[in-house]
Amino acid sequence: MSLVIESLTVEHGAIRAVNNVSFSVKKGELAALIGANGAGKTTLLRTLSGLNKASHGKAHWLDTNLLHAKPEQLVRHGVSHVSEGKSVIPELTVEENLEIGALWRRNKKEMSQSKALILELFPRLGERLLQRADTLSGGERQMLALGRSLMSKPELLLLDEPSLGLAPLVVEQIFQSIRELTKTMGITVLLVEQNAMGALKIADVGIVLNLGAVAISGTASSLIADPAVRAAYLGY
Amino acid sequence: MFQLLNTVLIGITAGSIYSLMAIAMVLVWRSTRVVNFAQAGMALLSTYFGYEIIHMSGSYWLALPIAMLAGAAVAATIELIFMRLLLKHSSQGAIASIAPIIATLGLLGLIKSIIGYFWGNQDVTIDSPFSNVGFTLGSHTLALSPMKLFILLAVVFLTLVLSLIFQKTNLGLALRASAYSPEISRLAGIKVDLVRTFGWSLAGAAGGAAGMLQTANGNGTLSPDSLEFSLLLAFGFIAAVIGGLDSLIGAVLGALLLGLVLAFVLTYVGGSLVFITAFVLLLVVLLIRPGGIISQKAGRRA
Repeated sequence: MSLVIESLTVEHGAIRAVNNVSFSVKKGELAALIGANGAGKTTLLRTLSGLNKASHGKAHWLDTNLLHAKPEQLVRHGVSHVSEGKSVIPELTVEENLEIGALWRRNKKEMSQSKALILELFPRLGERLLQRADTLSGGERQMLALGRSLMSKPELLLLDEPSLGLAPLVVEQIFQSIRELTKTMGITVLLVEQNAMGALKIADVGIVLNLGAVAISGTASSLIADPAVRAAYLGY
Repeated sequence: MFQLLNTVLIGITAGSIYSLMAIAMVLVWRSTRVVNFAQAGMALLSTYFGYEIIHMSGSYWLALPIAMLAGAAVAATIELIFMRLLLKHSSQGAIASIAPIIATLGLLGLIKSIIGYFWGNQDVTIDSPFSNVGFTLGSHTLALSPMKLFILLAVVFLTLVLSLIFQKTNLGLALRASAYSPEISRLAGIKVDLVRTFGWSLAGAAGGAAGMLQTANGNGTLSPDSLEFSLLLAFGFIAAVIGGLDSLIGAVLGALLLGLVLAFVLTYVGGSLVFITAFVLLLVVLLIRPGGIISQKAGRRA
């Protein structure tokens, strides 16, 4: 097991957003964390990347304790978080948005190598390098956010709602490229999604969160086949 | 004709010094979203360090960079041990918007008192490294002296260096990213806290340069209650707001505009109206273009 979460609890004042959650993800796996709005998915992800503080519990990625580090330190340990809603800086150019992901490595050569690789993966970004990020379409922004994250050569990728606000056709493309990229690069992924069906289709395993606690977990195909999951989360 | 030329020259020279101060305000605003009224005190303290160096070595040329370094060190210290704690403890509720402003006003008083304690309250004097006597053109004396020419060149040089840092270096990219979106910057691996301290120290250096140049441009005297530094703060702040508070180019343009307008009022209307004009200009800009003279559709981001 590589990502191990044990009895994790996160409180916002009096509200328990994440309640005694335990699960683990094997190295190289793509795990989908699904559940209704307000189930605590985003809070959980923000806690794993150091943006929110946990109240109790443990969370480790390999040897790294995820609960006592700042996000900028976790990036240096291979943990990268793409936050909700196209995590790009609108005022910066496409190229600058990519470059900030590799600044911490202080290595110009590695930076340009990573950049070349990402532009190969997302040629659309290459055509728009010098444009401000706010001139991009929703799908292109999501590609840019992913690209920025890949610039830091992550081993664990925390993805928050990459499908948010995108057209159905674009969602499918984004999901497919997430699957292909992370499998080729051997990146472990924890994917938080409202679009449960789309996420489970590309995932190896699934975890269903309800009111801050794990309701069901299992292989993605078993969740898709489960009548209870289908009725509650997949809409049919 | 010569009067017109001289008015423009006075306006540009004054504006160029205001622009350093405005740049300092913008740098601090961009890194921590604080309007730093202590900037005048920090600039004054840096200039006192410069005065000490001149006193010991006799060289303005040594004193100028050392005053800038001292300004950077003072600003970094204030950000590290004071502002960081303050912003952490007053990050929520009504106090969040007012506490930093009150705190910087308090700091301004504190720094002035410290200066008074160590250097006394009477004037000390810095000699100009260049003549303050204007160049002559035929029978006319221009309002451009070797000292003023040096000030113009120094400000252009410093502004260019600063723009290069911001636009062409990784450090500049980190500064801009952290200003626009601290959270995404953190997730990308940028040490935003460190970057903020650096933003403050750049501001401190710009303020130190403004103080040294302003003192050598004026009558050369320094005191804890220096009127010149109070004006520098007021006009630097107004220039920064006119420029949108978020933009370096805006700060420079705002300062030049302010310098020119004030020079024309001084020459053609009367000295007693200079203050009123500065504040009327501020109000007009705030009413017509609250985002500053070069604001874009996106406007400011909190």
